[in-house]
Amino acid sequence: MQIELWVNEKKISADIEPDLLLIDFLRKQGCKSVKRGCETANCGLCTVFLDDKPVLSCGVLAARAAGHRVVTLEGLQDEAQEFGAYIADQGAEQCGFCNPGLMMNAIAMFRENPDPTEEEILEYLSGNLCRCSGYEGQMRGIQSYLAYKREKGASK
Amino acid sequence: MIEIAKYVKAESLEEAYELNQKKSSTIIGGMLWLKMQKKRVGTAIDLSGLGLDTIEETEEEYRIGAMVTLRQIEQHAGLNALTCGAAKESVRHIVGVQFRNLATVGGSLFGRYGFSDVLTFFMAVGAKVELYHRGIIPVEEFARLPYDRDLLVRVLVPKQTQKTVYLSQRNTKTDFPVLTCCVCSTDEEVRCVIGARPARAVCLRDENGILKGGITPESAAAFGTYAKEKITTGSNLRGSSEYRSILTGVLAKRALTAIASMEGEE
Amino acid sequence: MEEKKLSVINKPVRKKDAMSLLCGKPVYVDDIVPSDCLIVKILHSPYAHALIEEINTAAAMKVPGIEAIYTYKDVPDNRFTMAGQTYPEASPYDRLILDRRVRFVGDAVAIVAGATEKAVDKALKLIKVKYQVLEPVLDFHKAKDGPVLVHPEDNWKALCPVGADNKRNLCASGVDEDGDLEGVMEDCDLVLEHTYHTKADSQAMMETFRTYTTIDPYGRLHVISSTQIVFHVRRILSNALGIPKSMIRVTKPRIGGGFGAKQSCVTEVFPAFVTWKTKKSTKLIYTRKESQTAGSPRHEMELKVRLGAMKDGTIRAIDLYTLSNTGAYGEHGPTTVGLSGHKSIPLYNGNLEAFRFRYDVVYTNVQAAGAYRGYGATQGIFALESLVNELADRLSMDPVAIREKNMVREGQVAASYYNEQMNACALDRCVARAKEMFHWDEKPLAQDMGNGKIRAKGIAMAMQGSGISGMDVGSATIKLNDDGFYALSIGAADMGTGCDTTLAQIAAECLECSVDNIVVYGADSDSSPYDSGSYASSTTYVTGKAVEKACQELREHMMVIAADIMGCGCEDLVVEPDGIRTADGGKRVSLSEIANRSMNGNTEAVQVTVTHSSPISPPPFMAGMVELEVDKETGAVELLDYVAVVDCGTPINSNLVRVQTEGGLVQGIGMALYEDITYSSKGKIAESSLMQYKIPTREDICPLRVDFESSYEKTGPFGAKSIGEIVINTPAPAIAHAIYNATGVWHRELPITPEKVLMGILSHEN
Repeated sequence: MQIELWVNEKKISADIEPDLLLIDFLRKQGCKSVKRGCETANCGLCTVFLDDKPVLSCGVLAARAAGHRVVTLEGLQDEAQEFGAYIADQGAEQCGFCNPGLMMNAIAMFRENPDPTEEEILEYLSGNLCRCSGYEGQMRGIQSYLAYKREKGASK
Repeated sequence: MIEIAKYVKAESLEEAYELNQKKSSTIIGGMLWLKMQKKRVGTAIDLSGLGLDTIEETEEEYRIGAMVTLRQIEQHAGLNALTCGAAKESVRHIVGVQFRNLATVGGSLFGRYGFSDVLTFFMAVGAKVELYHRGIIPVEEFARLPYDRDLLVRVLVPKQTQKTVYLSQRNTKTDFPVLTCCVCSTDEEVRCVIGARPARAVCLRDENGILKGGITPESAAAFGTYAKEKITTGSNLRGSSEYRSILTGVLAKRALTAIASMEGEE
Repeated sequence: MEEKKLSVINKPVRKKDAMSLLCGKPVYVDDIVPSDCLIVKILHSPYAHALIEEINTAAAMKVPGIEAIYTYKDVPDNRFTMAGQTYPEASPYDRLILDRRVRFVGDAVAIVAGATEKAVDKALKLIKVKYQVLEPVLDFHKAKDGPVLVHPEDNWKALCPVGADNKRNLCASGVDEDGDLEGVMEDCDLVLEHTYHTKADSQAMMETFRTYTTIDPYGRLHVISSTQIVFHVRRILSNALGIPKSMIRVTKPRIGGGFGAKQSCVTEVFPAFVTWKTKKSTKLIYTRKESQTAGSPRHEMELKVRLGAMKDGTIRAIDLYTLSNTGAYGEHGPTTVGLSGHKSIPLYNGNLEAFRFRYDVVYTNVQAAGAYRGYGATQGIFALESLVNELADRLSMDPVAIREKNMVREGQVAASYYNEQMNACALDRCVARAKEMFHWDEKPLAQDMGNGKIRAKGIAMAMQGSGISGMDVGSATIKLNDDGFYALSIGAADMGTGCDTTLAQIAAECLECSVDNIVVYGADSDSSPYDSGSYASSTTYVTGKAVEKACQELREHMMVIAADIMGCGCEDLVVEPDGIRTADGGKRVSLSEIANRSMNGNTEAVQVTVTHSSPISPPPFMAGMVELEVDKETGAVELLDYVAVVDCGTPINSNLVRVQTEGGLVQGIGMALYEDITYSSKGKIAESSLMQYKIPTREDICPLRVDFESSYEKTGPFGAKSIGEIVINTPAPAIAHAIYNATGVWHRELPITPEKVLMGILSHEN
């Protein structure tokens, strides 16, 4: 079947199988940041934005994304660079395989709630599994990024 | 993994219903559970073009479209005000935000899964489901029905003054529940719903009048004992029948105690 | 002790690949391989034990797009091991690529290769197999000398004398002892004995097992795999396929986590076989389910510990018997079991007069085990630390005090640790610091909070090794390039741990340059200098030392060139950060002048390779303390605080040792509280997905407060020991201790789920 959608603000037309999942569609489109870590929608590695909302791309039919806007980390490189530096400064990226999903969901959180409490951070990101870091370094990175944003906001 | 031969974005409920009469057809809700099934679907019917993704408020009720996501439930101010935050509490432990942005109320309820937090919650708050063919019936009744080829269109939550508390026991914070418990106290009755038994949720009422003198720590404890005796539980990977029975008593007691303290605050 | 002021060691240097990873760049196996390669998948056995009577692939072969299907009839009859270990491997040669006998639910029955995933999936369904179902060995207590043999075959072979005997279902067995055990036990005031049980936990690294294989321009097999062990993979594939090692090249891109899982050749043999046969490029990506059920998990162990002590808390004798379940194949079976004793008993070396450590490793018909962070030490430490805590309780002694009385200290020789001397040991300081951070003395063992919850504390100590003594080999090649940047080539595998960066830090410290001035390349079996691989906590200690030595040697070569430029002798030259001068300061050449001269009319090599191996394996040490609350009515356990203090020698990268510690603690917490592997009566694993195998989310943990008390290990680079594995060892015993303090019940089987806690409380009350 034929679909048309926007991936990272680029309009794409494609002929797809009806059961193609969005994750596989996106990887075929070159969005290799989108990772698969499970088959049961538990790990959060495949998080992308569908009409600005973070969703698991393993749980969406590509067919269903027709007519919608999809954003992957490839389309958010500036934000990834800015925020990612704070995770890198903690060494909390570790193996990196969960990073794109975490980055996407964290960016979604910052947009939805620019000044989250620690509890809100834990809850928002609980669907992003990480087996390397023990999560604490990620939290330190997020907190120092938020502190930087607050400072930047205050100085404006 | 599921295989799908044909995908149809339904243009009307009627079309969706007609297509769904074929045994090989399936309605896709959030797709999260469905995608893991090893089955071949002839026609996958998508309801996402039918405007069922909103929560409407009327004088009497909240009308929740089948395609409303669990995240919308979590964030809906009115619904949460009505249910004392139980709406949010019932879904916030489900995997993660990205999951709840996909999982739908319709998919969760139609499946009538044993593990369902959503079923537990809606049953307790006295919700009804609007089925395309059968019409409007209480969730409690719906939960007892076998699967058929009807279409769940909306969930209707009556704006009934209430105190509602949702509790669950989980082995990890975002795991399936070992047991769910939602108690809703209205002017007419107290409904105590126990889910993840692990069978489908059931509603227990105060048939013996344990609470008729009011909800107190003592009557809450007595009701907990009653619930433990009355509710049948089973075993699965997450817990034994015996453990679930104990939890039934504990969570029922705690939910009632919490309601008592909410009443005390007024 | 020589302590120079360090400029990049023990600094929070950013990982070299950090921003690429965080920005989602395509750097992993499945991101970089051509998309038009053949897809390989495995047909897995539905039975725990069966013989293939007939296997018919005719219908499956007819599926459009199917390239090849292989069964046991097509593969070489050479038995091999998938364990990534130094040759001759301790693990028995007990595998074929495909065998007529299948030995666990998930064992490989057939390999299918085709153009698309759909075609391959369809073909998998069309392969008709007639099995003769056999009785499986599912109870590992009954495996040894049991009536059913997992490996009855005659060409099974053990290369090393590890006490293996396939006709007894024994993968290994042995005894190590010192002193008059029974005599000392008899003389003790008190002898405690209990049995502990740990499960076949899964590493659950986020990137599942995966391998791509192709034929290179020279007609050789090029394997790009997510592996910790490129050199071992080369040998294993040579053994499995029966082709010369010279025909195989193995490289690894970025790895999405390993934790030991990728120290076994889980996926490599299958696509390699297809590519070698068809000369076509292929890839095999294991699903999460395959990784959970046909992977290389932790060895399930049952540990019987006997402890002899005096009333004053003096621990005089330890007796340990470990029964380890290696599953269907023997990967890492003979070696992991060793750590259960050798890396637990030495913790109590202080007053130890006698010990005995006996073990059996048995074959059963469940998923074959492998290497998982901690590698047997985790299991042994859970058992011994739990029993020491029980001893303290029995004697009404403070659990910290009993450790202070008995723990191993610097300078001691440990008979239970191959008679090695503890040259660098700050365990005492770790315990003291943890005690201070935790406010141990101000907190009661348990306290009823009056709200239905009991708050309690627990403690455990741990040790590990740093590389395998006298065996692990680390090498480094360092090369001076144009304008004076250095290229460091290694065979160790960065699997997210950051060893590319930490090894560059060691080089930068030696060469007095910035870390950015060192480029790192690895690991490639063709071009990297030989390295055993990244496992056994060896990379920093062993390979790091090779880097240090290589840099020193390179400087000598650079001096020759400098002397030549300046027309003087090497002996009166002084090295500065970016150049070399004469001792009197009269002449000076810059680094870039030396570098550029090395490429112009030069005969002095500016590339040096150094290989290092250590005769000892200096243990890192640590102390962990936990505070938690138990819900008396539901058994739910809520962690409140975890303090961990580690002696890893000199930390090379202050960020990365911290994150290693935090990551290890969280894996240990998962193991303690909910990660479980259970089997159906037919031997099928129930926890075959991340939906059922629950690893900790960020909401499940508590603040982890980590600190370091460093000893200085003079045989390690800049005093470093290891960090990677030890960090997983304290949570299980510390949490079990706290739960005992809260409930009065010792849980000797992991995981300690809320149900077990509650049922424990209820049975204790009655």
